[in-house]
Amino acid sequence: MTRSLRPLMATALIFLFAYMLAVSQQPAMLSTRVLGNFLTDNAFLGIAAVGMTFVILSGGIDLSVGAVIGFTTVLVAVLIMWLQLHPLIAFAIALIVATAFGAIMGAAIHYLKVPSFIVTLAGMFLARGGASVLSPDSIGIQHDFYATVQKSYILLPGGGRLTVVGIIMLVVFALAILLAHRTRFGSNVYALGGSETSAALMGVPVARTTISIYALSSFLAGLAGVVFSLYTSAGYSLNALGVELDAIAAVVIGGTLLTGGYGFVAGTFIGVMLQGLVQTYIVFDGTLSSWWTKIVVGVLLFMFIVLQRLVFRAGPRRT
Amino acid sequence: MTERPVLEARGIVKVFGQHRALEAVDFTAHPGEVHALLGENGAGKSTLIKILTGAYQPDGGELLLEGQPITLRDPLHGQSYGIGTVYQEVNLLPNRSVAENLFLGRQPTRLGLVDRKRIDAQARELLSRYGLDIDVRAELSEYSVAVQQIVAIARAVELSGKVLVLDEPTASLDRNEVQRLFDVVRALKAKGLAIIFITHFLDQVFDLADRVTILRNGKRVTTQALDTLNTTDVVRMMLGKDVTFEHHPSALAGGPKGAVKVRFQGLGRKGMPAFDLAVHEGEVVGVAGLLGSGRTEVARLMFGVDGADTGEVFVDGQPVSIRNPAQAVAAGFGFCPEDRKLDGIFGDLSVRENIIIALQAKLGWFKALNREDQVELAGRYAEALDIRAADHDMPVKLLSGGNQQKVILARWLAIDPTFLILDEPTRGIDVGAHAEIVRTINRLREEGLALFVISSELDEVVAYSNRIVVMRDREMVAELDGDAIAPDAIVQAIAGTPEEARP
Repeated sequence: MTRSLRPLMATALIFLFAYMLAVSQQPAMLSTRVLGNFLTDNAFLGIAAVGMTFVILSGGIDLSVGAVIGFTTVLVAVLIMWLQLHPLIAFAIALIVATAFGAIMGAAIHYLKVPSFIVTLAGMFLARGGASVLSPDSIGIQHDFYATVQKSYILLPGGGRLTVVGIIMLVVFALAILLAHRTRFGSNVYALGGSETSAALMGVPVARTTISIYALSSFLAGLAGVVFSLYTSAGYSLNALGVELDAIAAVVIGGTLLTGGYGFVAGTFIGVMLQGLVQTYIVFDGTLSSWWTKIVVGVLLFMFIVLQRLVFRAGPRRT
Repeated sequence: MTERPVLEARGIVKVFGQHRALEAVDFTAHPGEVHALLGENGAGKSTLIKILTGAYQPDGGELLLEGQPITLRDPLHGQSYGIGTVYQEVNLLPNRSVAENLFLGRQPTRLGLVDRKRIDAQARELLSRYGLDIDVRAELSEYSVAVQQIVAIARAVELSGKVLVLDEPTASLDRNEVQRLFDVVRALKAKGLAIIFITHFLDQVFDLADRVTILRNGKRVTTQALDTLNTTDVVRMMLGKDVTFEHHPSALAGGPKGAVKVRFQGLGRKGMPAFDLAVHEGEVVGVAGLLGSGRTEVARLMFGVDGADTGEVFVDGQPVSIRNPAQAVAAGFGFCPEDRKLDGIFGDLSVRENIIIALQAKLGWFKALNREDQVELAGRYAEALDIRAADHDMPVKLLSGGNQQKVILARWLAIDPTFLILDEPTRGIDVGAHAEIVRTINRLREEGLALFVISSELDEVVAYSNRIVVMRDREMVAELDGDAIAPDAIVQAIAGTPEEARP
């Protein structure tokens, strides 16, 4: 087993252990109904975290994710309710805008040699501000398409519901796993995270790859915004505040090294589910404050950072 | 070698600002030969290599590949012409599998997806040609540097296949690994590749290379077949010291010694054989040796920059623990590092702050030196060492190299040291300041300080040392004392000529 698999294994084991612990306290949590809700409730976070995984794998960070989600929900609401566009057209426009926004950030990071932290911080303020300019108030969305989508689901054995947004997230994860591990683009992302100098000397198109990574992240943030909009039927400029940090947490808990180069998209999925598990448990318990989610996530994050240090400090093992 | 050269450089000139790094240098590489490139730091070796591989563009002269003039934009472009390079610090991806490192950028795909099985199979087949049977799916960083070097060579040869530039590939390898690498290089040579080999290790040059080009101060000294040369000739040409040059008998050489001030016993770490050395009060121990002979490593070990794995240190007969520089400072050690700008001065801090910083660090947080004390200290040492700065509050980076060096010396003198380590104290300093630094060293010696001074300038070491330790291949191979101190003897010891027993 390569050592980069170890944090992933640890995450998977911790998730199983935590789930069993939760079930032993609240037996009702062991049902496809709860699992289905897991997927639905965390769909937007999961999709955004996939984009964040690629960014972090390449050695960068994207702080604009939450703001892009918020902006997209407002833009979609404006296009549907004020301009009377069909939701599918509104989604397409929103995704194109988000992707272009990410590509511009990627170009700034590469060509201006500005750290991704700063560029995406600026992007965060721009997107959040832009959303408030479009509409400072929450816009409710009423459309037949929304109603249909919200009512559609696949019934799982045991009464659980796999909703449209849940399916979108699963598809995104499946495609992202292929993209990361089975395409040249994926290899290039890992190469950038390993060493940008070496990657350039080995013929990786650094500019194209960097721009694509941030475009992908913003596209997925846009998609997360669409899902958020389907999930809440509203557009509001303050939607998804701080989601970029939850996404970073999910990525790191999922075993991806914050400095780039090591990690798995599948790990991020478990990272998202682990956060969902803690939230669900708190809802089931009923007496705990919701802030316990943050505390548990904080503890997990810290544990994983220590774990990664230990795993990656070991030097070469073979000769 | 009767064939025409595969790669030829004619009259290459490279200018950096005021400095002419290369002056009309010619260089040729023939198919089926190993051509070594030698020279001390600043000789222009790496500049020439960067021009040959495309990392730099020459300001004059031309490059010819198989007789056709070429212009290289960057190393990637050079690669497409068949010029591959393997660097000392392996420029591959430590976080990816061996197979992916070999095939990155040209992975075979099936239905748009990378065909992992085929990559692994091809990688195994490719590496088996280099006598390497390893798990190609494992991360590159799990393997030793030697294996990584071979992987890098395999990739370079696969992509380029005409000229292979090896830039100090053996610097971090042990003897067996070096032999393994050399077997690979010999096999490639037999296949007709032109190999350009850069190293500091002369025995490796004689072991592997057919011809040698020696550079000094940006000029080509010679290009010769190696079987017409011996090590002494090569060292002499590299250092540019002819037998004719003057013997300076050091005033104190062989004179009475004070008590032993500092004693290192069996000090060593991984990759650095243990050594014993005692430095007496009022004694300067000079260190001579080529770049990469382990001079700086010894200094870093003494000062605790690199922690020692074995050995003990005694100051005035008492054992002291030196695991880090803070302990070294507490024991009264001072260290002026080789790269002044990077490791020595705090460029943006003032002269005064640069002088008091070691003393303040030694005193600790709670005994802050007040401003009057600082001004007084800075003034005293600036005067003693004749530091020429318009104002002691001006940033030290605005000073000349010689004055910066004196500021660092002042910094250590301020802690009232028992033992000073100077690594190349005169590097990058103009000639006038040279003599001044040498005078300062002599004065400190007379005041009873124990000093350990590393220098590549032979006449300089001779001018201030009571004793000279000669280093080669990370070992202290000779010690010259008293009348034995002479540039010629040093050259012979460095070269390891028959008079000296070879290790």
